[in-house]
Amino acid sequence: MIPFEYLEHTADVKFRAYGVTPEEMLSNAAAALFKTMVDPATVQILETWMVVLEAPELEDLAYQWLSEIVFLFETESAVFASFRVQLRQNGSWKLAAEIGGERIDLKRHSFENEVKAITMHQFQIKKNEKSDLWCIQVILDV
Amino acid sequence: MADINKIDDNIYEVPIGYRPGMRVPGRIFVSEALRAMVEPGTVDQVANVATLPGIVKYSMAMPDAHLGYGFPIGGVAAFQEDGGIISPGGVGFDINCGVRLLRTDLDSTLVQPLINTLIDALFEAIPSGLGATGRLQASDQQLTEAFISGSKWAVEQGYGVEADVTHCEENGHMEGADPAQVSAKARKRGRPQLGTLGSGNHFLEIQRVEEIFDEEKAKQFGLFKGQITIMIHCGSRGAGHQICTDHLEVLNQAVKKYNIEIPDKQLACAPLGSPEAERYFGGMVCAANYAWANRHIIAHWTREVFERYFPEASLDLVYDVAHNVAKIEEHDVDGQRMRLYVHRKGATRAFGPSRKEVPATYRSVGQPVLIPGSMGTASYVLCGNDNALNVSFGSACHGAGRVMSRSRATRLFNGKDVKAALNLQGIVVKATSPAMLAEEAPQVYKPSGDVVDVVHNLKIATKVAKLVPIGVSKG
Repeated sequence: MIPFEYLEHTADVKFRAYGVTPEEMLSNAAAALFKTMVDPATVQILETWMVVLEAPELEDLAYQWLSEIVFLFETESAVFASFRVQLRQNGSWKLAAEIGGERIDLKRHSFENEVKAITMHQFQIKKNEKSDLWCIQVILDV
Repeated sequence: MADINKIDDNIYEVPIGYRPGMRVPGRIFVSEALRAMVEPGTVDQVANVATLPGIVKYSMAMPDAHLGYGFPIGGVAAFQEDGGIISPGGVGFDINCGVRLLRTDLDSTLVQPLINTLIDALFEAIPSGLGATGRLQASDQQLTEAFISGSKWAVEQGYGVEADVTHCEENGHMEGADPAQVSAKARKRGRPQLGTLGSGNHFLEIQRVEEIFDEEKAKQFGLFKGQITIMIHCGSRGAGHQICTDHLEVLNQAVKKYNIEIPDKQLACAPLGSPEAERYFGGMVCAANYAWANRHIIAHWTREVFERYFPEASLDLVYDVAHNVAKIEEHDVDGQRMRLYVHRKGATRAFGPSRKEVPATYRSVGQPVLIPGSMGTASYVLCGNDNALNVSFGSACHGAGRVMSRSRATRLFNGKDVKAALNLQGIVVKATSPAMLAEEAPQVYKPSGDVVDVVHNLKIATKVAKLVPIGVSKG
């Protein structure tokens, strides 16, 4: 299984991320999102951030999760390279995640794109019954 | 493009039935040559917008149209107050992304020898690039005031002069701001970024007036051949992005509550008059006003830099336009005056002399319509015509329009080569990241002249001047 792949899009960035579980899919989606901004090989795990979210549907939760990463990047001035996601469904969906990374150091971190936001255009989560893999499709506004 | 009909030179129609649920036809304003560059996905997006409740006349796309999310980029649609909707999909995340043009009284021969120094100084004075924070540390109270009164607040704080305010669309501040609709998250992102340029396609450019197409109108705008102008392209930064993100989630629940069928989640919306619609509008206006304050502050720092090298020079504001916004405007629809919510996403208002919104100084000719080119290609100043009210609810294009994906651009070009090629053309470029230069290479955009010609030929706006870059500062 490839963790994620980028697809052609004229103005923005489109990707699909996969996982055996929805947790793995969301973790890989976060990695795909962050890779559009900075090369993950240049990021060290020196600090961790905790994220707790809740939403009525898995798609809503996924949208909040990716938007939260953009928010943390900007407000914490930090770059991330590890995303550990836990999910629970009990009526609504709950997410608890630990994000690992470090504060931006412009001497080591070179940026490729500014992700303004996660769009909801063609935003979808599907489970492929044949391969048994979860897949999320995302378009980023850059 | 299948299934769309040419109905006139530069006008193509997307007929009702192109997709199920269309309430009005679509109209795409392109020439034969530009038509070939319109992706099928863009036509689909025009058709999607046509399904939204209360849409009036047409779902439109300007000649720079390309694939967006929700509305296409270059999309324009108006919704009637009674039965219509408002949608962040018709505004975008970068609320009131826009363009400001300053004119100097300097001839380019005076500025050219100092161009490297000037661009370095501007790059230093105006924070740009990813993660940049401003020189200005706004307090919570100041941020609230910027949300409410935009440019007016900036002038009160000593950024710019009174005349600047009247030379902004909406006088640099829209009515209806509701700071209670701005989340703590949006404030947190917006506070340190007031007075920053951002990155991507945003830029600050020193330009030379290369050609005048209409002497009389150019005179009215204070433009002459050989003159140095400065163009600033940026928006509401993280504040706007977060305000849109927050309300998009709310409106996605609202479509279920009000049983609105939408073909794309990004077209999430709420009926006009509903609490969800009012809240989004109040938050959107805050972001729009923030963007005007932002461009005001950047213009002020630009003036300070020029003053260092040209103490006698004056830098007056020609105009400032918003190209991502939804506004309440009155229009004639089939002989009836109607109050409409006009959404322009990647489209510029282009009002002619008859509209009271045009500042007094330009009332005899129409508002300046500012169309930025890509890095390295020409920008244009046009002037709005009254005919635009019949064609496009008084709207024109907003730029050149991308034709190539960012990933393809980074595969084909590298930042160093792009910079060297621009230098050969006499354009100095300074950017925070070489990758950004590759993504914004001139070849990834449609030819800006072709796009502007369509607007001119449709008599939406008249070409006044062509500006070419001599120095660019990018995020």
